[in-house]
Amino acid sequence: MPEESLPSESFEQLAMPHFERLYNFACWLTHDRQEAEDLVQETYAKALKGFSSFQPGTNFRAWIYKILRNAFLTSRTGLKATATVPLDLEGEEEALPVVKETPESILLQRSDGQIVQQALEQLPIAYREILLLCEVEEMSYQEISATLAIPMGTVMSRLSRARKALRGGLQQQFAKRMN
Amino acid sequence: MVCESWKAKLDNCLDGELPEEEMRGFDAHVRNCPSCSADALARVQMKRAIQVAGKRYAPSAEFRKRMQQKIAAKPQRSFGLGWTLAAAAAVILVVGTLTSAYLGTRSGRDQVFSEIADLHVATLASSSPVDVISTDRHTVKPWFQGKIPFAFNLPELQNTEFSLLGARMTYLDQTPGAHLIYDMRKHHISVFVFQERSLPAGLDDNSLSPKQLPFNLETWSQGGLRYFVIGDASAADIDSLAKLFKAAS
Repeated sequence: MPEESLPSESFEQLAMPHFERLYNFACWLTHDRQEAEDLVQETYAKALKGFSSFQPGTNFRAWIYKILRNAFLTSRTGLKATATVPLDLEGEEEALPVVKETPESILLQRSDGQIVQQALEQLPIAYREILLLCEVEEMSYQEISATLAIPMGTVMSRLSRARKALRGGLQQQFAKRMN
Repeated sequence: MVCESWKAKLDNCLDGELPEEEMRGFDAHVRNCPSCSADALARVQMKRAIQVAGKRYAPSAEFRKRMQQKIAAKPQRSFGLGWTLAAAAAVILVVGTLTSAYLGTRSGRDQVFSEIADLHVATLASSSPVDVISTDRHTVKPWFQGKIPFAFNLPELQNTEFSLLGARMTYLDQTPGAHLIYDMRKHHISVFVFQERSLPAGLDDNSLSPKQLPFNLETWSQGGLRYFVIGDASAADIDSLAKLFKAAS
């Protein structure tokens, strides 16, 4: 998609290909389909209104995801989520545990994805969103940095902690299943 | 010590965020280090599990339609400026539409072909080009169940020079599809299958030749699916594989 040629009518062409994924991301943030629909609608309305400020040639995906995230953060659910969860505790980076072929990794391969979904749901919002942007949206660190408005170094450290937290969550889920 | 250094960069590497030279170094190290190799495998498994689990919610058709109407309604302008202006605008519109429709079809087609060529090259350059390694079509076909929103047939290759190496999922214009890799006298040939409706029209237009592609490519539509066969093998070989697919479908 040539983002350089941007008359206003190309908004639909640029924005609609992201519709399904934005909705998926909104659902993960809000945990509620109706709220997610409202959030996506608000995002598109804001994006359309501010489309003239979008710089052609820059990253449209990061731009629209940033609008969605900001809309979420100022919503009632978003305010509640960020008020109750410590955002980013920048601390000493602990060595990540070596994960080799373990009962968990074998189960992970065989599971239907439900167990991972549950572990993702349990994550603090800051960890959940960065993992989704990296793994599901397959954004580069630079795109994530632009979307979340955080430095590249923070992207890396937060991702690392998010992965570690997910592994911890998965181990708990597995333990529950075993009992 | 070498392992410690790589382990610290493992996630960055698997996210494709290391410089090319370091990626090559990592690749070489992992091939000879069982510990790092096992670590990398476990993390790749985790990445894939998140990828699958994360694609959980889909909007309703009704919501999509509603959004499309809202967005599409916006650029429309009032035509209450008088018949003269309206007539002039209509003339410009007709000429412009005809031109842009032609150019749009052409550029859309060229873009699809370029992306197909990119997918082919990027996959062959990858250290793990296929997600399912099998020469058996009865293993590869079921592997796609639940991963792509359609089914297709793979041809029988007995008594041919082609052999199936494996397959992977792929995306074109954010649409999921199947990517199969075949071998023929050491040439690797990719076959891509997508839903026709998700791709731009005019891909069969013979008046337009693929834009200086460094590969031979054949494409056709059959049963609502769009097939692409691409590779550096001769046009005749590409055509032979295409014929096998056409016969199997």
